[in-house]
Amino acid sequence: MGSFLYRRVGQTLITLLLLTLLIFILARLTGDPTPLIMPSEATDADRAFFREHYGLDRSLPEQYFVFLGNILQGDFGVSFRYREPALGLVLQAIGPTLQLSGLSMLVAIAIGVPMGIGAAVIPESWFATSVRFYASLGQAMPSFWVALMLIVLFAITLPWFPSSGYGTAANFVLPAVTLGFYASASIALLTWANMTEALRSDFVQMQRVLGIPRRLIVLKHALRNAALPIVTYLGLQFGLLLSGAVVTERVFSWPGIGQLVVDAILNRDYPLVQACVLLTALLFIAINLAIDLLYAVLDPRIRA
Amino acid sequence: MPPARLPILAIAVCVLLIVAALLGGVLAPYAADEADFGAVMVPPYGLEGGTVAHLLGTDQLGRDMLSRLIAGTRISMLTAGAAVLVAGTIGVLLGLIAGYLGGLVDAAIMRLVDAFLALPFILMALALVAALGTGVGNIILVMILTNWARYARLVRSEVLSIKRRDFVLLARVAGVRPLTIAMRHVLPNAQTSILVLAVLDVGRAIILESSLSFLGLGIQPPDMSWGLILAQGRTYMGIAWWLTVWPGLAIVLAVVCFNTVGERLRVKFDPRGAL
Repeated sequence: MGSFLYRRVGQTLITLLLLTLLIFILARLTGDPTPLIMPSEATDADRAFFREHYGLDRSLPEQYFVFLGNILQGDFGVSFRYREPALGLVLQAIGPTLQLSGLSMLVAIAIGVPMGIGAAVIPESWFATSVRFYASLGQAMPSFWVALMLIVLFAITLPWFPSSGYGTAANFVLPAVTLGFYASASIALLTWANMTEALRSDFVQMQRVLGIPRRLIVLKHALRNAALPIVTYLGLQFGLLLSGAVVTERVFSWPGIGQLVVDAILNRDYPLVQACVLLTALLFIAINLAIDLLYAVLDPRIRA
Repeated sequence: MPPARLPILAIAVCVLLIVAALLGGVLAPYAADEADFGAVMVPPYGLEGGTVAHLLGTDQLGRDMLSRLIAGTRISMLTAGAAVLVAGTIGVLLGLIAGYLGGLVDAAIMRLVDAFLALPFILMALALVAALGTGVGNIILVMILTNWARYARLVRSEVLSIKRRDFVLLARVAGVRPLTIAMRHVLPNAQTSILVLAVLDVGRAIILESSLSFLGLGIQPPDMSWGLILAQGRTYMGIAWWLTVWPGLAIVLAVVCFNTVGERLRVKFDPRGAL
């Protein structure tokens, strides 16, 4: 267990380090930010002072180490636009995004898991066919389009829910359904595959022979075995949800990370873009690492 | 799982889309950017006020929606196709090198792969767009950079399993050069899984491009793509549904068909579902 832990954590740290290098290189590719920030009437001396102040006159490796050192101290730079530390802006936006992703995840599980179980229990049926149809649609419909269609139907034609904004419970409905629909497709397919496997396994066949009620076998024993890969997958799913959230938040004017990062790109606010990307990556990597480690605790075969 | 039938309808739609992308304007009844202020916001044929002249209706400038969709097909499909081809080639080569050489080279390439896959793909794409900028060329570049790593990971693991097989070991004993072994013996054995990944990737690339274009960070006017048409029609969503419904349906249709073909290929070649 110990060596697995060290190796996995070590790999993660290297990945993170490479990611910071990648982000740094990308930021340099955008060129010198000086003309963007300084007013056009600034003198050459002013510009030189600016470059020196932000360390832009130093060599690239030197700049990278300063950048890395600052990050380690929790300094992600100052947003050009808001003139505030980027870290604070990102932390403010992360709450709404996590609320939305969490609720969508619940919606997705509530729809996807029963669909998957049903399709596995009665594979050659109209139900299974419609689950397959639902899943392929769910994977093919871009979330921004689903969002727009929901707005047309349930905010404009039938004015039941608000089409944008944040704060009340009603605001959550359309964004959470959009994202939950998107995630439920792959959860349904995954549950289906794992339940099928669990139902075929020797111990379930054995229980059938023993005459244990079918309902009990499916819901208690088979589901418990199928649950482990599904739980692991939810970690990966979180990344998908974050991707979907970027676009969905934009449509519903949701004050989360997605909205923040797109605005930052449109305003060429690079420190803020960097902070958004790095912190989201950190969150995503940490969740996956935690799930991997949890998995190793639950399933001893992984540790080898 | 039902037995794998040949998905004829899906294949037909994919071929149709590719043909439409290659021929482009030849098929369209009008020029895609031809404004006609005498026929603004005409609804689709069959609805009150609709005409045969504009089967799918017109937009706020009187541009024919069908012609715009066909023009959008061209950019959406070509960016997706180019991105998948180039990303696939780069990823396959790096995967071959990593799997075949092993050691430090392998470790270096794989950590780079991990770093590229460490971000949810749209966030990676956004970070790249922020640095590289928008427009057709840059979007293709962004999609290549977000996609290559999966091919490298896939090919590496294929190489690792094929490398130990007898025919490769024998070729080695017989003194065949490593590069020849990799290209002639290892690669052909990995090609079906590469093909499956590539076909499934077309759908992913279409969604990524349309999402970026929808956000205003992808294809820019006067170029046209399905996501961009959708974004432009959004303002009139409440009064002219056809401006947002058609491009959305085009995206869904294309992605469903490419995914169906990819899924069937996967079931055929890889029944265990390792991909």
